[in-house]
Amino acid sequence: MSEVKRPNPLFRNLTAKLAASPMIFIVLVVFIGSTIWTVASSFTGIKTLPIFTPQEFYDNWVGWDQYVRLWNTPRWITSITNLAIYGVLYSGFAFIIGFLLAVLMDQKIRAEGVFRTIYLYPFALSFIVTGKVWAWILNPAFGLEKTVRDLGWASFSFDWLTNRDMSIYTVVIAGLWQGSGLVMALMLAGLRSIDDEIWHAARVDGIPKWRTYLQIVVPMMRPVMITIFVIVASGSVRVYDLVLALTQGGPGNSSQVPSMYIYEKLFVGALAQGTAASSVLLLATAIILVPWIIVEFGKKSRS
Amino acid sequence: MTAMSSASTVTPNGAKPKPMFAPGRVLIYTLLIVTSIYYLIPLYVMVITSLKDLDQIREGNIFIPTMKPTFDAWIKAWSAACTGLNCTGLAPGFWNSVFITIPSVIVSIAVASISGYTLANWPFKFAEWCFTILLVGSFIPYQVFLYPLVIITREMGIYSTLYAVIFVHTVFGLPILTLLFRNYFASLPEELFKAARVDGAGYWRIFFNVLMPMSLPIFSVAVILQVTGIWNDFLFGVIYAGPTNYPMTVQLNNIVNSLQGVKEYNVEMAATILTGLVPLTIYFLSGKYFVRGIAAGAVKG
Repeated sequence: MSEVKRPNPLFRNLTAKLAASPMIFIVLVVFIGSTIWTVASSFTGIKTLPIFTPQEFYDNWVGWDQYVRLWNTPRWITSITNLAIYGVLYSGFAFIIGFLLAVLMDQKIRAEGVFRTIYLYPFALSFIVTGKVWAWILNPAFGLEKTVRDLGWASFSFDWLTNRDMSIYTVVIAGLWQGSGLVMALMLAGLRSIDDEIWHAARVDGIPKWRTYLQIVVPMMRPVMITIFVIVASGSVRVYDLVLALTQGGPGNSSQVPSMYIYEKLFVGALAQGTAASSVLLLATAIILVPWIIVEFGKKSRS
Repeated sequence: MTAMSSASTVTPNGAKPKPMFAPGRVLIYTLLIVTSIYYLIPLYVMVITSLKDLDQIREGNIFIPTMKPTFDAWIKAWSAACTGLNCTGLAPGFWNSVFITIPSVIVSIAVASISGYTLANWPFKFAEWCFTILLVGSFIPYQVFLYPLVIITREMGIYSTLYAVIFVHTVFGLPILTLLFRNYFASLPEELFKAARVDGAGYWRIFFNVLMPMSLPIFSVAVILQVTGIWNDFLFGVIYAGPTNYPMTVQLNNIVNSLQGVKEYNVEMAATILTGLVPLTIYFLSGKYFVRGIAAGAVKG
């Protein structure tokens, strides 16, 4: 800003620096500090009392023990398998449904606002509300199953909510209902950002609409798509309230997810086990983030 | 406005495509309407169930509308449903959510708008560096921060109080809101800022007297984003607020899980609607701003 006079660069625009200090504090203490603490403590044997000094860390150091125990715990294996199923199916279907709805919405339709309002309203609802509604609809004794049976199809069975092998898929169903509208809205914004000239050129060249979408529009939307993918996939790693409200992790442990395991370990005296499990999620998120970081920072270095 | 009033009539018989439409158009509208129905069914089932009594629920099925609607379940859910031994209904949870949401929205927006303003108009290297970390950090699973934040709030002496939830909501609202404000302030003409500087206005005067009056849209977007987000929060409320301040989502979960004996599904659904009513109302009143809020972070980023 004021390049001419510079008394002491550290105190230049001091007000601005002071005003930014809450953000700086949050970044340093919460985002950086907490992440380091969580990862570091996962290599110790601490149970209920948190530790801070290097000496304490040295005294409690156990190496990879927590991780060995973690991967030998059947409940964790179930949880991480469920997360993989949920993450892949939820992200995949949210992507497909969101894209198809966005393409439909992009056909210069009437009452676009009405349709958008309908597709997006579940996103305004909490996971707890979403879980409760779907628990009711999927309830075998009263919901969909009973309705179809009452209609005359007596052998109809839709008991996923109480079926150990299928319970995690009910979470996917409810999650898609809640979140696919968001993907639609983001995809639509991406579609709208594409220059009309592209469409004119494609039409002049006689390329059918579906091919224009697949071969021209989708590749052009790649940055937007990667951003959406990162938002959706990293969100799915956090899944907690939805499972709690829908299945409580049951029947048995069949629909447990890692956040439930972590929550329990952190607050019932197995602190390091909880932070070890958190670190695994951190790693999973880091893997998801890589494409986004390449796009974001590649963009900056190019421009 | 015409779009809003026809919202209530989007049912299969309402919006059939006109015959003059080409087959392709018919297919498009059919698909749009069928999917819309799918998205609307849970809301419909929720409302219908909450208006039935238990006999109607046992006899009929969940999709059948009720002929004699009753608001008994709503009243019970609001003022008499039990969580454990406490039979106070959702009302205390509603007020807790109000007391959590209002200060959290104000504090988080205050911190984020000033941070965004600094980044856009008074940038310095260290702040920009922190902002990059903030953006990457916003994707880190909350589970990583849960216990450290217990330690931090305990050290601050606010753990298990309203202040702790407000603090945590400020922390997790910061990345998206700062991005929102930074992009908005950066999009304003720079001459405005320079002219104010030449006239001798400092950091705060420019913010309050020049930028804020023209930033109503972005503040509305931020308020909508935060009110719905904080109202819908479960995890932070359960961990940091302390049992006396449990928000509505937590109480809803407790009520539904602790119904003993005869399950009162109508009360459950009434409680569920009541909990979703605030964000839904905000959403329907502010559709466009809501979309802008969620799209801003993703597409502009």
